[in-house]
Amino acid sequence: MLLEVEGLSVNYGQIEAIRDISFSVEEGTVATLIGANGAGKTTTLKTISGLLKARTGKITFDGVDVTDMPPYDRVKVGLCQSPEGRGIFPGMSVRENLEMGAYVRTDRKTAAYQEDFDRVMTLFPRLQERIGQVAGTMSGGEQQMLAIGRALMARPRLLLLDEPSMGLAPKLISQIFSIITEINEQGTTVLLVEQNAAQALKRADTAHVLDSGEITRSGTGDELAGDDSVKAAYLGGSV
Amino acid sequence: MQFFFDHFFELTITGLALGSIYALVALGYTMVYGVLQLINFAHSEVFMYGTFAVIWVFTAFGAGGHTSTGGIIGLLIVSVFAAMLVSGGIALLIERVAYRPLLKRNSPKLVALISAIGASFALSETMGLRDRITGFVGLDKPLADYVNGARDNSSLPVEITPKAVFKIGDYSVTTIDLLVIITALVMMVFLDRFVRRSRAGRGMRAVAQNPEAAALMGVNAVRVRQITFLLGGMMAGVAATLYMIRIGTTRFDAGFILGVKAFTAAVMGGIGNLRGALLGGLVLGVAENWGSAIIGTQWKDVVAFILLVVILLFRPTGLLGESLGRARA
Repeated sequence: MLLEVEGLSVNYGQIEAIRDISFSVEEGTVATLIGANGAGKTTTLKTISGLLKARTGKITFDGVDVTDMPPYDRVKVGLCQSPEGRGIFPGMSVRENLEMGAYVRTDRKTAAYQEDFDRVMTLFPRLQERIGQVAGTMSGGEQQMLAIGRALMARPRLLLLDEPSMGLAPKLISQIFSIITEINEQGTTVLLVEQNAAQALKRADTAHVLDSGEITRSGTGDELAGDDSVKAAYLGGSV
Repeated sequence: MQFFFDHFFELTITGLALGSIYALVALGYTMVYGVLQLINFAHSEVFMYGTFAVIWVFTAFGAGGHTSTGGIIGLLIVSVFAAMLVSGGIALLIERVAYRPLLKRNSPKLVALISAIGASFALSETMGLRDRITGFVGLDKPLADYVNGARDNSSLPVEITPKAVFKIGDYSVTTIDLLVIITALVMMVFLDRFVRRSRAGRGMRAVAQNPEAAALMGVNAVRVRQITFLLGGMMAGVAATLYMIRIGTTRFDAGFILGVKAFTAAVMGGIGNLRGALLGGLVLGVAENWGSAIIGTQWKDVVAFILLVVILLFRPTGLLGESLGRARA
């Protein structure tokens, strides 16, 4: 297992945001956490990337206990998150944003770096066109592409994506999801947090339903997509 | 009014020199604000300690009669490094003692603001009571030269006399005017490049624009904060050296009014914006000189603050704005 989360509980101030969560992500797969607003999806991701502290529980990444590791060291071991609401650096150009993604890398002048840069350019031709533009002036979809591209520049082993479809037009949403599949096919493990359960379940190898801070259902993407209670609660379909 | 026209060039050049010093100190305010969204009210003390570092260097090496031009230049070079070291060190101390424990606990910004004001008083009074402190540990005799009259003005033991270089209109621009303005500009260019090009500078801008995303990219926020305080402190050290060259006299509370002016310059130019700090400093320096020539010297500070109010009325984010633009630190 690349990532293992065991008995994780996290508080937001006095409020218990997630309670005793356990799940794991196998290398090379796409895993997803789905759930309603406020179910604790973002909290879970933020704790995995180190922005929030776990109250109890343990996070193991590639056999190493990272529970108490500061966020900047987690990036070095290969955990990289594209934050909710995109979180690009608005005053920097597209190129500078991508360079920020590679902040922890020391191989800036090498072929490996160039290769990763070219890979992002191929995945997102739009970014190539806008390479010198100030990122804050781009559209929401372009910013989302930049946020994912930036996370890829760290050459992560596990890519954490927080709501990549948020606020995007339907056509863009399916485009973003095919790119996520493509990234996975190129060998990057993905942990995807989504409110758009239909798309997420379609792409995911394993899926977990998060409800009020607890995991209530787990299974393969297809299993959950076919599950009546999941359909009723998250897929908006009539049963 | 006649005085103003007669001395226009003199007022402008000396105003630019004064403004350069404001600008260098303003950088410290604006950088810390950019990274933390906090005003470091103890920054004036960072500057004040720098002025004393210059006096100490001159007293320690200069009293023996190195008053030749070459000797003074040598002392100034040592002084500027000493002042950068002392001011940078004080800035780091402020970050460590007054800010870090609070930020670690996610305290409200207001608390950090009060803590900075407390640090400002503590640092200033430590300097103002240095005779008592050295007396308490039994050092007052060997250090008598350094600590006499801790609450009085302290002056450079050597007088630095400016030499005329060339004329603009009917004003002879002096070596000191040139030294101050050029040094300030060089430091600004250096800092601007550092923030734009270096890895640490990129980290600073990232934290300023989006601290959470910066952490996710692997930026160590504590390290960035230290670098920010250190750089701001070093700039204040340079400003302190230039100030001592021009004014020659300092005191334990000399940082206060200069700090307020530099803060004004930072806000006027657009706080968080490095180039804004430069522009704000220069505008403020020149406006003060012009204003005091037109209305009267006693109105000097009033002019500065009226100008601030007027600029903020029309441009609430300052001259260059706390924009998302690339100029932002």
